[in-house]
Amino acid sequence: MSATSATPPAARSYVEAHDVAGALAAMSAGARPIAGGTDLVVGARHGKAPLPDALVGIHRIPGLDEMGPAAGGGLRIGALVTHARLVADPAVLSGYTGLADAAAIVGSHATRANGTLGGNVMNSSPAMDTGASLLCHDGMAVLVGPAGTRHVPLAELWSGPGRTTASDDELLVAVELAPPAAGGPTGSAYVRLQYRRQMEIAIVGAGAVVTLSPDGARVTDARVAITALAPVIHRVPDAESALVGSDGGADAARAAGDAAAAAARPISDVRGSAGYRRAMAAVIARRAVLTAVRRARGEPVAVPASDTTFGS
Amino acid sequence: MAVDITLTVNGVPYPLAVDPHASLLHTVRTDVGLTGAKEGCDDSECGACMMLVDGRPVNSCSYLAVQADGAQVTTVEGLADGGTLNPLQEAFLVRGGVQCGFCTPGMLVSATALLESNPAPTEDEIRIAVSGNLCRCTGYDGIVRAVAEVAAKRATQA
Repeated sequence: MSATSATPPAARSYVEAHDVAGALAAMSAGARPIAGGTDLVVGARHGKAPLPDALVGIHRIPGLDEMGPAAGGGLRIGALVTHARLVADPAVLSGYTGLADAAAIVGSHATRANGTLGGNVMNSSPAMDTGASLLCHDGMAVLVGPAGTRHVPLAELWSGPGRTTASDDELLVAVELAPPAAGGPTGSAYVRLQYRRQMEIAIVGAGAVVTLSPDGARVTDARVAITALAPVIHRVPDAESALVGSDGGADAARAAGDAAAAAARPISDVRGSAGYRRAMAAVIARRAVLTAVRRARGEPVAVPASDTTFGS
Repeated sequence: MAVDITLTVNGVPYPLAVDPHASLLHTVRTDVGLTGAKEGCDDSECGACMMLVDGRPVNSCSYLAVQADGAQVTTVEGLADGGTLNPLQEAFLVRGGVQCGFCTPGMLVSATALLESNPAPTEDEIRIAVSGNLCRCTGYDGIVRAVAEVAAKRATQA
């Protein structure tokens, strides 16, 4: 922030909410929620959108930073859970490893200590690292507003870069993930193309979740989603169908990667050209699939996978 | 309009009236008067402004002062015991982790947060932890050696 005047503009206001009802009341009166501020404040400085005059701090609302089993048996992640918490959580590391891959490489350690999953989801960046994994696990946004609570699939929440279908008076309180598909061992991974390991934004990214038959011979369920390759992060059904029924080996992973590249609608920008992004989509999606298969087979692949999955 | 908050910096409470849009960095430097934390990029990239808020590393240029109401804020001035440098600060001097000094306050705070959460970091973990703190002088090696040395000394004393 640049220097502020001794007397700030009268329109600027701030209240801290102590519960969801308090946040909703402030939001109904026009205030915008702020938690870690890692996107909102920096975005304002970049001219993306001015910092709203009226702010409501939601960063210390009790309960919104909790994680636990979801009603349907999956994982419920409170909106205020930070990326640092996700990386350290045993349930995430074991059952949702790809989400840990993603959370481990967001920004710097200061970003991860303050930036929340809820803020990341509502920022709706097509390059958000956690998005592909959330989609692969049937991520559901839990929104609370004046009319009550509704569950919105993330694929329907994200409507474009920086845009969601949530209304201004709705607060994201949690993201719910489905349990892994039944039947056999499941592995997951998120891999991004990066020029450096930290303080980076995905040039291209891909998430994969693969479930094998009990004997490990066949892929029985597969999810693949691509990042920074379209206006929103999205799943790639052709990549998934290329994997189901296969042995999860190199040929199947290559077919899935090719399907991801075919589904991509990349742009050219400072981080890469559209042609480069499309070419790399095939490589990165293939690596994500192969890493998920390796993890499903019980092979240890360190988190974050992006730092170690070269050459595969 | 201004918002009344109490900012506790290095254990000392400061009752302040702040602009809701004022950054924690601006408030600590201008209203509290502690200028150890620096404004480098003003964009969460360089880490020169890093402070601890309730123990978490925070880029204070991009954190609103109002959100730190009631929190414990630690700046580089809070690391030394009066005029006596703490072991991390000493190690930075001994290992050549300081040249122009502009990144040093943020670097020290960042390393402090690392050692709190991970008392025995590998060299790679140290490099990852300070990757949000840009240094244009030292080439980082002295900094990484200093942090590793403090961690090793703590391990032998424990």
